[in-house]
Amino acid sequence: MKTRDKSTGLDEPTILLEARKLIAPRIEDRSRRDFLLRSLTLGGVAMLSGCSLSDNESVDTALSAISRFNDRVQGWLFNPNAMAPTYPQSMITRPFPFNAFYSEDEAPTVEEESYRLEVTGLVADKRSWRLDELRAMAQTEQITRHICVEGWSAIGRWGGVRFSDFLRRVGADTDAKYVGFKCADDYYTSIDMATALHAQTLLALTYDGATLPRQYGFPMKLRMPTKLGYKNPKHIQAIFVSNTYSGGYWEDQGYNWFGGS
Amino acid sequence: MSALPASTSVIPHRPAASHPRWLRLTHWLNALAVLVMVTSGWRIYNASPLYDFSFPSSITLGGWLGGALQWHFAAMWLLVFNGLIYLTFNIASGRLWQRFFPVGPKGVLHDLWAALRGRLSHADLAHYNQVQRAAYLFVMVDIILLVASGLVLWKSVQFGLLRELLGGYETARHVHFICMALLVAFVAVHLVMVALVPRTLRAMVLGNKDSGNKESV
Ligand code: HEM
Repeated sequence: MKTRDKSTGLDEPTILLEARKLIAPRIEDRSRRDFLLRSLTLGGVAMLSGCSLSDNESVDTALSAISRFNDRVQGWLFNPNAMAPTYPQSMITRPFPFNAFYSEDEAPTVEEESYRLEVTGLVADKRSWRLDELRAMAQTEQITRHICVEGWSAIGRWGGVRFSDFLRRVGADTDAKYVGFKCADDYYTSIDMATALHAQTLLALTYDGATLPRQYGFPMKLRMPTKLGYKNPKHIQAIFVSNTYSGGYWEDQGYNWFGGS
Repeated sequence: MSALPASTSVIPHRPAASHPRWLRLTHWLNALAVLVMVTSGWRIYNASPLYDFSFPSSITLGGWLGGALQWHFAAMWLLVFNGLIYLTFNIASGRLWQRFFPVGPKGVLHDLWAALRGRLSHADLAHYNQVQRAAYLFVMVDIILLVASGLVLWKSVQFGLLRELLGGYETARHVHFICMALLVAFVAVHLVMVALVPRTLRAMVLGNKDSGNKESV
């Protein structure tokens, strides 16, 4: 199910599957409270004895606090010199799975002519970028493993501008804490500066040697083999450097913010 | 002591208490950590099943993938630090060697056969027969492997050496799952054994008053 074939057209089961996937988190969220209660009682875990079991806000708060603590631990564990393994072309997963919070045919279409990458925040040069200008910068390519938060993984080949080159080129304050992204599919996320400067973090413009296709994030995707899939934004329209935490689409719903491998 | 199988040597001096307070505390905290880790782990597994089945949602913890991950990555601290405290006390006090060794295939088979014929004595709770020794040592190693493979799944780039030792990210997924399954199997047998010799449960909760030794720690 996870390795959805990109050649699969508009067949009904696929659409149903996608729809289910789209609404599943919301449905699940609603039953989440009852569920917590039930599992805690069922398991006979008197974890919350003393305070009201129905006061699940406190459970949520505690879990979120630990998740933020885990962000700090991961920031501390992160070794800028540790490289994700790279693979030969023969090991590329074909077809590379499509995965998003919407179905493949709903992936946004971005016109290259009118496209401008917006760069804001703690940067010296705030002018917008055309795709050609990014293509004119030094390009690198790597074949790495994309690991999804769901557990599956797939090997793909991405090429583009080393993100640290780009950040230096725009005169970003590399002592700032965060780099944030806003995307054409209304997705948004933010990452730590250390990962932004990692040598394998790419502003990917190509996939498997060709222009990044629409379903994989045209016009560009931030590709980080040191982070889980949901941290790798596609269809990027705006990049901002900041010291203010801005979360992310999934992160605001409970996924761990650092999300690093 | 006469009921002891020949393959187990008689311990010359017993530790101060067979079920000291630190052991009882770490044992129950571990049981809690394992319960949370396993049930939230099943929910995480369901997001992308590695094998041809899923766990019924009703026996999982977390409500959705994000919630299950939060439980899993919270309980991991309890599992790891509590486990380290247990191992440290167990090793430093010499209890690990006294209670779990010697152990060998011959002794395990001997005691297993005796147990099946109902001839295995549980008179002395301060003494573990060889089947218990093997099972408890096994579950210690199993949990260590669970943690190691979990580290690879969590931080496969940062723990590169561990990743290679476990055969890569995808293999680590299988290792993690199989260790979980073995842990659950251990718990199932463990619970049956406790039900058969309920006195041990009293000792594990209140301490072993029969041993006649003063409780310490
Ligand atoms: C959930 C995971 C569990 C694990 C991994 C586990 C593991 C262990 C281990 C390793 C020991 C030996 C400890 C030592 O002497 O150093 C032990 C002893 C014991 N456990 Fe558990 N246990 C678990 C759950 C439970 C549960 C749920 C119960 C009871 C309902 C239980 C009851 C006992 C008792 C009574 C003993 C003492 C046995 C004796 O003195 O002969 N355990 N357990």
